[in-house]
Amino acid sequence: MADLVLRNVEKAYGEVKVLRDINLDIKTGELIVFVGPSGCGKSTLLRMIAGLERISGGDFSIDGVRMNDVPPAQRGIAMVFQSYALYPHMTVRENMSFALKIARKSRAEIAAAVDKAARVLQLTPYLDRLPKALSGGQRQRVAIGRSIVRNPKVYLFDEPLSNLDAALRAATRIEIAQLKEAMPNSTMIYVTHDQVEAMTLATRIVVLAGGGIAQVGTPLELYERPRTEFVAQFIGSPAMNLLPGEIVGIGAETIVRLDAGGVARSAVPTTMADKGMPVTVGVRPEHLRETESDALFQGEVAITEALGEVTLLYFATAGGAAPVVAKLPGIRPGLRHRTLALTADPEKVQLFANGISLLYR
Amino acid sequence: MDSFAGRRSGLVWAVHLSTLALVILWVIPTFGLLVSSFRTGDQIVGSGWWQSVGTQVQQLAAVRVAGDEVQRDGLFVIEGQLFTAGTEVGAWGTSSVAPEVYAPGAVVALDGGVTLTVAADGSFVLSSPASMADLRMPRVFATASTPPEFTLNNYGTVIASPLAGQSIGQAFLNTLTVAIPATIIPILVAAFAAYALAWMEFPGRALLVAVVVGLLVVPLQLALIPLLQFHNWIGIGKGYLGIWLAHTGFGLPLAIYLLRNYMIGLPRDIIENARVDGATDFQIFTRIVLPLSFPALASFAIFQFLWTWNDLLVALVFLGTGNDQQVLTGNLVNLMGSRGGDWEILSASAFVSILVPLVVFFALQRFLVRGLLAGSVK
Repeated sequence: MADLVLRNVEKAYGEVKVLRDINLDIKTGELIVFVGPSGCGKSTLLRMIAGLERISGGDFSIDGVRMNDVPPAQRGIAMVFQSYALYPHMTVRENMSFALKIARKSRAEIAAAVDKAARVLQLTPYLDRLPKALSGGQRQRVAIGRSIVRNPKVYLFDEPLSNLDAALRAATRIEIAQLKEAMPNSTMIYVTHDQVEAMTLATRIVVLAGGGIAQVGTPLELYERPRTEFVAQFIGSPAMNLLPGEIVGIGAETIVRLDAGGVARSAVPTTMADKGMPVTVGVRPEHLRETESDALFQGEVAITEALGEVTLLYFATAGGAAPVVAKLPGIRPGLRHRTLALTADPEKVQLFANGISLLYR
Repeated sequence: MDSFAGRRSGLVWAVHLSTLALVILWVIPTFGLLVSSFRTGDQIVGSGWWQSVGTQVQQLAAVRVAGDEVQRDGLFVIEGQLFTAGTEVGAWGTSSVAPEVYAPGAVVALDGGVTLTVAADGSFVLSSPASMADLRMPRVFATASTPPEFTLNNYGTVIASPLAGQSIGQAFLNTLTVAIPATIIPILVAAFAAYALAWMEFPGRALLVAVVVGLLVVPLQLALIPLLQFHNWIGIGKGYLGIWLAHTGFGLPLAIYLLRNYMIGLPRDIIENARVDGATDFQIFTRIVLPLSFPALASFAIFQFLWTWNDLLVALVFLGTGNDQQVLTGNLVNLMGSRGGDWEILSASAFVSILVPLVVFFALQRFLVRGLLAGSVK
């Protein structure tokens, strides 16, 4: 049971505010993922929740208790660090029992907690090894086990998988998902820059950008209804194509004439006042398909990348703008240097004015 | 690639050769000292330590022939032994001008019909037609070969010498009494200080670090006399407590600086994790930081121990000169003055005093380099 509430939280280093106006309600049992570009403050926010960084302004509470000045150990949190932060001179068992020893738990209680966590994480054979004798994945599991034994209200993960290789990362990601299943009452906050981790693990994703929260929502909400151009481009790979244009038709279906010459239809409704408004049309590469008529975009394929399940097409654009990317299903040989006409379903086309989606006006 | 590889191996050779040269440079005198300390005084004077295992050829002190006269075959004869058994005479003579002119066994005519023969084993026959009772007996100079002799007596002498200020055994204990607390106390103090300066937030921390770095370059000679006066004023006077405090003070800046640099290089995550785990600063220090800083602690301990062991100046100022407070270095100085010619005593004493540094160095050398590098480079 742990509801976390952040109200107008900010972090300043001297005059520089790196985080401001952070408002966030986290409910018991949620797994919240913080994502954002490097330096957006996602790790700082996590460390403020952990109590390792001072909160410069605003209020942070867990279960209604203000935590701003409570030391980390008394917040009922456990943290898993990117570097694992195992105590190198202690065996796995000592690592996992350290916090309980500090808390002066009885020997039997400690042994029971450690054995249980080791069983869950399949670490029982390694309990008497030193961390240096473990593989990266095992070390990561020890770090997680170390937080489990404390039975905290909130788990904090700071990029826990980024030091693992790709295969291990996928396996450990699934282990974390299973762990979450097994502990439905625990709240988890997870910082990552890996989109796949964010999309697969999160109950809700918090996108941080420019010192604030750009959008909070379920993974598919962010994918289907991004609030800003930034979120639209940050979620999804390759990034969403953004094409400037002007609204020429309004109503339940909006028609946009693009500067590059195409015409886009979007299911985003508009009103009389919007006519003639300059907008940016956003369409994801995977939603573009070939068409015979009424092209949204037309161009020559500059580069193709065949991935097997899909083929990525990069179109040259005029004036040095970011290339338009299309993701077509299957293997598509011989498209290079051909001119293709592409369109997308109106439900999949986003409209942004001044960087903000028209859906969220 | 070939040329690069070739150049590299040349460099490796240069490193190996210079290492070898350094090793030889240090090992030879040490070994010579060790060998000399087992030789007798006479042999040290007669030949170098590198000749110590061979037969010793040396000019023996002149011996005046003496003995009881007997009459035999109409001649008056004196027979006897000139040198200690085992000495083999290589050449002999009867004047200091020509001490090696005769071979062993040669019959030499002296003034007044007197003849003298010295055999190789040192036995002599002096014969004369008249009684030699009033004759001034001739002196025999000889070059003798003696077998090499090694002895533990030098060590016995210096360790248990009853002479004041010359008992190396007592001085050895005194030096240990100085060096061990003078190593442990600063490490204890410095480890706490280093942790605080590395990992605890408090106002003025940067200033304190700067002061410590500044103290590194203050020569300790500046503080000797004021400190001694202070000790006298507060009533400690000259004695072990005073020298422990002095060595602690002089060692602290380097200790704090080295340990702080090492500790600040420990991964921040580990310490923060311990904090999240609920450990207090004291628990983080004792359970996490101290065990992980062992290489730095060991390397500083070695330095401080060797420095206090070899120290003369601080001991001269802060300790008395009696047998119960004289340290090894002071003792060696005394010996140089009173027994400067007795090389067997000096070399044995010197070797006793370098024994402990040698043991410390060989036992802990792996910490020496690693800890120092880790503390300063990282």
